Amino acid sequence: MAPDMAAPVSPRRAAPARGGDGIAAGRAARPPGGRRRARGWLYVLPALAVYLGFAIWPALNTLRLSFLTWDGILPPSWAGLENYVKIFQDQALYEAVLHSLVLIVFFSLIPVAAGLLMTGLLLGKVRRGMTFFRVVFFLPQVLPLVAVGITWRWLYSEDGVVNQLLGLAGLGSFTRAWLGDYHLALIALGLIGTWTMSGLCMMLFLAGAQKIDPSLYEAASLEGAGSYRQFRHVTLPGVRKEITIAGVITTIAALASFDLVFVTTNGGPAGQTNVPALLVYRLAFNEGDIGGASALAVLLTVIVVAIVSTIRYVTRDKS
Amino acid sequence: MSTRGGVTLRYGALVVMAVTVLLPFVGIVLAALHSPGAQISGLSIPDQWSWQNFALAWERGNFTNLMRSSVLIAFCVVPLAVVLAVLAAFGLTVLKVWGNRTLSAGFVLGLTLPVELVVVALYFNLREVGLTNSYIGIILAEAALFMPFGVYWMQTHFSSVPDELVEAARIDGARDLVVLLRVLLPISWPAITTLSVLYFMWSWNQFLLVLVMMQDPDRRTAPSGLGLFVGQYSTDIPLLAAASLIVIAPIVIVYLTFQRSFVNGISQGAIKG
Repeated sequence: MAPDMAAPVSPRRAAPARGGDGIAAGRAARPPGGRRRARGWLYVLPALAVYLGFAIWPALNTLRLSFLTWDGILPPSWAGLENYVKIFQDQALYEAVLHSLVLIVFFSLIPVAAGLLMTGLLLGKVRRGMTFFRVVFFLPQVLPLVAVGITWRWLYSEDGVVNQLLGLAGLGSFTRAWLGDYHLALIALGLIGTWTMSGLCMMLFLAGAQKIDPSLYEAASLEGAGSYRQFRHVTLPGVRKEITIAGVITTIAALASFDLVFVTTNGGPAGQTNVPALLVYRLAFNEGDIGGASALAVLLTVIVVAIVSTIRYVTRDKS
Repeated sequence: MSTRGGVTLRYGALVVMAVTVLLPFVGIVLAALHSPGAQISGLSIPDQWSWQNFALAWERGNFTNLMRSSVLIAFCVVPLAVVLAVLAAFGLTVLKVWGNRTLSAGFVLGLTLPVELVVVALYFNLREVGLTNSYIGIILAEAALFMPFGVYWMQTHFSSVPDELVEAARIDGARDLVVLLRVLLPISWPAITTLSVLYFMWSWNQFLLVLVMMQDPDRRTAPSGLGLFVGQYSTDIPLLAAASLIVIAPIVIVYLTFQRSFVNGISQGAIKG
């Protein structure tokens, strides 16, 4: 932060005394001059004010509240790290964190794999219907998750479509109320995430693949590489950047998921699908434990930032 | 494998996946067409097509009010957030105001902040100033949450504009605002359209924020109203299906109309990240 702050200051100071122009131009490598750069702030200010006032300020306040014991009405009292310690002592709370990590598999890993498969299938030989498949695969991503949740709640129900299909496939003995199953509810929930996120991954990969130099495919083809090897050695390295982005976006969606859980299971059965976002909402707005809710929200943010940074580090450009 | 066999196999796999994606839609449309309160098992064609669920869901779910709130909020958030993002990106990227790199980094930081971190304190902050239960509070909060992406998106776009274009206008003596309005805006409409479409989608689909900020059931948005409708009519599948389709319909229409903008937004917006 410090070097960034230091550099712009000198041209601004130099501006009133015209003699400073040489330094300013040399520093900024652009002619505009100090007055213009200062006036430019008028353009940035409205957005900055809204962003600071309604996103950053509340975020910092949530951090502050996480060190307090407060029911939202009576004066708060200092709690130190107590709210954080509680998260690790309360089984329901730390299990919720674990559940959200499991969801990453279904919201992120499987969709990235499915997206790559769709991309591989759509590239090259498929001419007719390309747009159709793209539009269809991406469709779940634009829907409100509440409506998606209601739809799947019914699909997963005792006499829903999932059980109907299992029955038709001769697997009638496996039928159950999926979202009410103690062991399988979380997985069933995760698969809804897979359904919504795969198309997003595909869309990112297709965009990346369009920038790959076609001559690479020709060269591979001349060397006798089949579709699979072309995909493996040309397409896959070409979309590495997009894989990172898809991983980041879907991981955030997994960790912060709320809407879907709220309408499908609301954390049940027996807390098996509790996720941090749901408990933040419940603690803050149903149980009046603002401090606990804030601490959980802060922890959730720390996990998001840590995992996103890890993904970026692991997939960084080594060259 | 032979080329033709390969192509058939590809299409086969693609069709299977397309069916998997579309099956839930077929299921819910069929469910909505059963007679009200009917017990439905799996995918089944109704004995008689019944359209009255939509009217019934609209009335019971109070969708006249919900839709009005949704439209009102989206139609305020989209222009507000787009204009602010364009102005800020112009200041940061084209005018290069002092501190522009720090500020840009500050906006990008917001891309990873989960709504949950903001919403807890936001509720209590806005309660102090009387902005809970008000459209203004929600509109400003959504604009703030969408700001990082918008600023980042417009910055990416403006930095792809050749410097000569701006410099030429400057030599002609154009002021900053004229440069933005006469030189940059005419070539920025595709980027702005895409941003508007994405903002509309996010605003329409926003759930947690509205659930927390708006207690008055008559002024909630369609998705948040739907979230509570489920609680009341959890066993009436045809009614729930119809209500879901009502909430889904506007966004699907926007998606199919602006399909290209959606694709551009998702794919290009993320490239530099």
